[in-house]
Amino acid sequence: MTAQADIGFHARRHARWHAGEIAFWLLALACAFAFPSRYLIMTEIVRLGLFALSIDLILGYAGIVSLGHAAFFGIGAYSAGLLALHGIINEPLLALIVAGLGAAVLGFATSFLVIRGVDLTRLMVTLGIALLLEALAERYSDITGGTDGLQGIEMQPILGLFAFDMFGRTGFFYSLAALFLLFLLARRVVHSPFGLSLRAIKNNPLRAAAIGIPVHKRLIAIYTLAAFYAGIAGALFTQTTALASLDVFAFERSADLLLVLIIGGTGYLYGGLIGAVVFRMLQELFSIITPQYWQFWIGLVLVVIVMVGRGRLHRWVLWAPNWLIARLGGRKAAVAVPETEGP
Amino acid sequence: MAAALETIGLEKHFGGLRVTRELSLKIARGARHALIGPNGAGKTTVINLLTGVLRPNGGRILLEGHEITNLPVHKRVLRGLSRTFQINQLYADLTPVETIGLAVSERLGRGGDWWRAMGSRDEVNAEIAETLSRFHLLDVMNEPTATLPYGKQRLLEIAVAIAARPRVLLLDEPAAGVPESERHDILAVVAALPRDVTVLLIEHDMDLVFSFADRISVLVNGALLTEGPPEQVAKDPQVKAVYLGEATNA
Ligand SMILES: Nc1ncnc2c1ncn2[C@@H]1O[C@H](COP(=O)(O)OP(=O)(O)OP(=O)(O)O)[C@@H](O)[C@H]1O
Ligand SMILES: [Mg+2]
Repeated sequence: MTAQADIGFHARRHARWHAGEIAFWLLALACAFAFPSRYLIMTEIVRLGLFALSIDLILGYAGIVSLGHAAFFGIGAYSAGLLALHGIINEPLLALIVAGLGAAVLGFATSFLVIRGVDLTRLMVTLGIALLLEALAERYSDITGGTDGLQGIEMQPILGLFAFDMFGRTGFFYSLAALFLLFLLARRVVHSPFGLSLRAIKNNPLRAAAIGIPVHKRLIAIYTLAAFYAGIAGALFTQTTALASLDVFAFERSADLLLVLIIGGTGYLYGGLIGAVVFRMLQELFSIITPQYWQFWIGLVLVVIVMVGRGRLHRWVLWAPNWLIARLGGRKAAVAVPETEGP
Repeated sequence: MAAALETIGLEKHFGGLRVTRELSLKIARGARHALIGPNGAGKTTVINLLTGVLRPNGGRILLEGHEITNLPVHKRVLRGLSRTFQINQLYADLTPVETIGLAVSERLGRGGDWWRAMGSRDEVNAEIAETLSRFHLLDVMNEPTATLPYGKQRLLEIAVAIAARPRVLLLDEPAAGVPESERHDILAVVAALPRDVTVLLIEHDMDLVFSFADRISVLVNGALLTEGPPEQVAKDPQVKAVYLGEATNA
């Protein structure tokens, strides 16, 4: 059955590791040793990359837009903070997983509100949920510390072995390891029939249902998984900075996240990671040039991205990522800025 | 034995427009049944009602004797009812391998697999290979669907429906818009459908209808005008009146 073996080969085309991908991760690891004085900012990038990976799962693969992804980041952040502060779970890794699961539970519960609507409804509902949580966190300040945030979080060593150090070295490797493992999982998921069915739903929900794909069930599943990822990102934030304040829920966080993904490109997993690096670099660059107005410049980048149009942007701004993907994925033009998702 | 597919007093309204009127259809097992009628008669609406894309305002639908009136679209597919669309409904970014692979995976209950890569199950691969070669799609199997010529897309539209291994297949104008040169492939595929699959065909081309169907229902303004074997329908003066003009330019 050569035809059958062939089909297996072709169907797994994207699932196989490409040299460029291995290079990408070696490079990430190399950075850890090349810039030992930059652990803090690199940790930030890793965490932002994980957060962006999370939204790529729902936006890039399933076509679910969200303006409130910080809701899950925030739940993860506060969960990790509260678990550590009250000594409920002292071991960071376990606390990390529990915090992620907490976010996943919220993701599952709210997925029913999110998946049914059209894009605009989804934007409003997700935004609303994040704002609601922010307001709740402010209202119950006896638990959350209100505007001051959680004070006096002390992190125990990871697995009882690796203590968090003041240079952020442990925090960085810890975050990078979490990102890598979750990336591996995401990579498995998106190349599975389940992951492929998400792309089918994004492309044409009518046809997806007409071949027997349970559309709602699949969307609920990926939304829940994405919430888990975002929760982990949030928990990493608290664990590596020993901080958790109301701004974990902030609208800017959700909005920046979309920008990160727009810069990096959706639907090939590396977009969020590349976008996080570029976004953070731009932020640094602009804040050096104009300390007060860096947000203006970031905003301008967004406006330009939208105005110039996706097709052209694709060729100009995303030239580098596209070139990279050609290496990474062995396919052409995989980076696409989120289209007007759905009907 | 229950009919393959049956509707009882089916009704569908769009606002004030009554698009399906007390429609009772019975499609026998193994039948080659054609549903014809002028443009806007409500044929596609019937298919949408049968497959669950639209919910009826009244009436019932039975698949092999079992009530499916309120079943969601994807569950009807798993019960053995699949369709093609009058206007292609495909995945623009996905390749034929992926498109067919998904349909096969879902039918074999592997669609929820999130750990194993698509393409790692021999039984799925074998079916993909068989389907792609039957529909002359092997040569373009790695091209994104959006880049395929229209004729190939049309073949894929039919291939996807058949990859679901339906016992009842609904074809909504399968050859619509296909250039003359590629029509033959489509018609050959339709003619070669296994006999045990019940087929309901919507088609404007009367030559095709009369060569294919062993039973014809005529729909006008959402209601059944007449039904019978082709010879009888062809002679029916009411049908002639409706089709005068239609048939000559088809
Ligand atoms: N979603 C809808 N909303 C409102 N009216 C609709 C809708 N879908 C169909 N109609 C109307 O219902 C009628 C029947 O449409 P339908 O598509 O079922 O006809 P048809 O017999 O398939 O026609 P054709 O031969 O042109 O494909 C038409 O008048 C159409 O305008
Ligand atoms: Mg029609």
